[in-house]
Amino acid sequence: MWRRILALITKELLASVRDRQTRWVVLFSPPFLLLIYAFAITQEVTNVSMAVLNQDLGREARELVSRFEGAETFERIHYLTGVAEIAPAIESQDVIMVLHLGPDFSRRIAAGERAEVQLLLDGRRTNAAQILLGYATRIVARFNETLSKGGARPPTRVITRAWFNPNAEPLWSAVPALFAVLTAMVGFMVSALAVARERELGTFEQLLVSPLQPVEILVGKTVPALLIALTSASAMLALGWIVLDVPLRGSLIGLFAGMAVYLAAIIGIGLFISSLASTQQQAVIGLLLYLVPAVLLSGYATPVENMPNWLQWLSTTNPITHFIAICKGVFLRAVPADVILRHIWPMALIATTTLSAGAWLFRRRTT
Amino acid sequence: MNANISPSKQKLRRVFGIVRKETRQAWRDPSSILVAVVLPLILLFLFGYGVTFDPRFFTVGLVVEQPTPESGSFTAALSHSPYFRIETARDRRTFEAALVAGDIHGIVVLPADFAEQAYRGESAPIQVIVDGSDPNTADLVGNYLGLLWANWLEQESVGRAQPLLPTAVELQPQVWFNPEASSRHYLVPGSIAIILTMIGALLTALVIAREWERGTMEALLATPIEIPELLVGKLVPYFLLGMGSMALSVATAVLLFGVPFRGSFALLTLVSAVFLLAALGQGLLISTVTRNQLVAAQVSILSAFLPAFYFSNFVFEIDSMPWALQLISYAVPARYFVSTLQTLFLAGDIWSVILPDLLGLAAIATGFFTLTAITTRRRLE
Repeated sequence: MWRRILALITKELLASVRDRQTRWVVLFSPPFLLLIYAFAITQEVTNVSMAVLNQDLGREARELVSRFEGAETFERIHYLTGVAEIAPAIESQDVIMVLHLGPDFSRRIAAGERAEVQLLLDGRRTNAAQILLGYATRIVARFNETLSKGGARPPTRVITRAWFNPNAEPLWSAVPALFAVLTAMVGFMVSALAVARERELGTFEQLLVSPLQPVEILVGKTVPALLIALTSASAMLALGWIVLDVPLRGSLIGLFAGMAVYLAAIIGIGLFISSLASTQQQAVIGLLLYLVPAVLLSGYATPVENMPNWLQWLSTTNPITHFIAICKGVFLRAVPADVILRHIWPMALIATTTLSAGAWLFRRRTT
Repeated sequence: MNANISPSKQKLRRVFGIVRKETRQAWRDPSSILVAVVLPLILLFLFGYGVTFDPRFFTVGLVVEQPTPESGSFTAALSHSPYFRIETARDRRTFEAALVAGDIHGIVVLPADFAEQAYRGESAPIQVIVDGSDPNTADLVGNYLGLLWANWLEQESVGRAQPLLPTAVELQPQVWFNPEASSRHYLVPGSIAIILTMIGALLTALVIAREWERGTMEALLATPIEIPELLVGKLVPYFLLGMGSMALSVATAVLLFGVPFRGSFALLTLVSAVFLLAALGQGLLISTVTRNQLVAAQVSILSAFLPAFYFSNFVFEIDSMPWALQLISYAVPARYFVSTLQTLFLAGDIWSVILPDLLGLAAIATGFFTLTAITTRRRLE
């Protein structure tokens, strides 16, 4: 039995490694993508344009405007001359934000009254607008502190310290999550068409009438996929750690254990979808139909805690959720082994279920 | 019999024959229905209900080193806030392990004399530690706690001998086009670009690569049909499928999820049609170059689907990316389409945004079809 499985594994490995296109797509493109997209995922907003409409000639107004001019976030600052120019500037997306100081700004500050400043943001880019609002709030709070008057003191501010990534390096948070998602893509690429392709070409029937048992076919399809995907994932890991210089503070053994179980779960899902499909086209579509929602529900782009409870529950059955948690934990927070284990066992359960279902389908679908 | 029919009529008949055959084939294959109907519904549903940037609440560990009336009132303020769930303890080490494990979002430490410190004007009277491994959430926790602290301080200072200076400058933010700043309102329109990219680029690449892979393309080329006629005939059904899926998505977004639509449907139809042409052109080019379904699928995911997600302002801000990536984004059709979709849904028919987008899409579509024409001819020689 083992010799038969070994023969199948050898054949599958050779077939993948010898094919130039597969070699390129599966082994070399994921690290390349990691390199590109790591820089695309920025959760900070920089290089945007804003406009200022300052209708006040006083010193305080100029001072506040200069605080915005000094901020690195804004690449270009346009100066408007009237209220009528605000709407066209935002609508045409020339600027994402307009700061409007009314004519009585300095007078109100001098009189000790509250001076109101309007900040108009483009809601078509709501997320960026929210982040910019946070920046503007901080600039105004610091400006307020300089305006002490008489014996009264300006209120103290809360100073936040961020552990694990004190300088808010964007790459540090982007790489672990992107690594998890790209590893899933590799796992799907090596497994999804494994059965569907052979079925479409008619060679799967030949495998089934050979002395190989469905379980042996399953092992013969899973192990090579796992080996290829692990190689590609390790290359990405090395790239993120060494080239992109993201700290890897936790246990490397824990990360690799998580990665192996994760890939087994992903390949299990891939083989399951592949055995359900009768053509390659259906397999690819079925896979994307799983992959896209799975990535969206994994906490990759938006936090899992923002979802309604039942979707949060659903996302615990998603291997990507668990591996993103492991990656973020191991890379930056040096999580202890019990936290890693907490995420490994659900993935092991998913792997077992989907792989057995796949083997069962090998037979079912042919009759 | 062909002698009595004019050449242009024959051409039309040939094209129509292919269209009819392809439409039947697409209709019978469940994967077309999955992409055109099921996928849009799943995506819109997720963006409509689940996937959101709007936070529900943050779990925060509160350490009170010594209970005082002030610490009591601050604890009350924190626990009454809808944005925070708090756990309390006397020792911060309890929460440090939880922060490492990722179980809580932050730790707030109230030193025994925090109230006196605050009034003496010393900086940082309370300590706030957040989980920087998720910078977005860390920022939000910090901002919300800052606001809460400012409000609490203002309330506490009422009746004190030495009042605090009132806030001099107050920022009054207004988010135009999306006053509640709901992420559904801008994620749902953007997701339509992702859906149409999958139909246009991926499905078409697969369908035509299959013909090359099986050799049926060569067989068709041996018939009187000419290459352009064949390609038009193959693309028409997928173009219609894409437009149908767009209509379904817009209807779901507006009727079910209450996303406003402030532009005109005629303009939406026009821009969607041009975008679909660009996406179909990309799918066609991929299939002609690869001639293999497996590779066509992988290439279209890498060159069409992922860029549509990353380089389109859909979730990630292009302006904040390095310039080399910004340059790439100009070749991504979804970049122009997402911008127009967000404008048409939320703002209206703003020509200064839509016209450049439309021209960009038309240029990309022309480019893809020209490249396809060149490669097809070369491949056959």
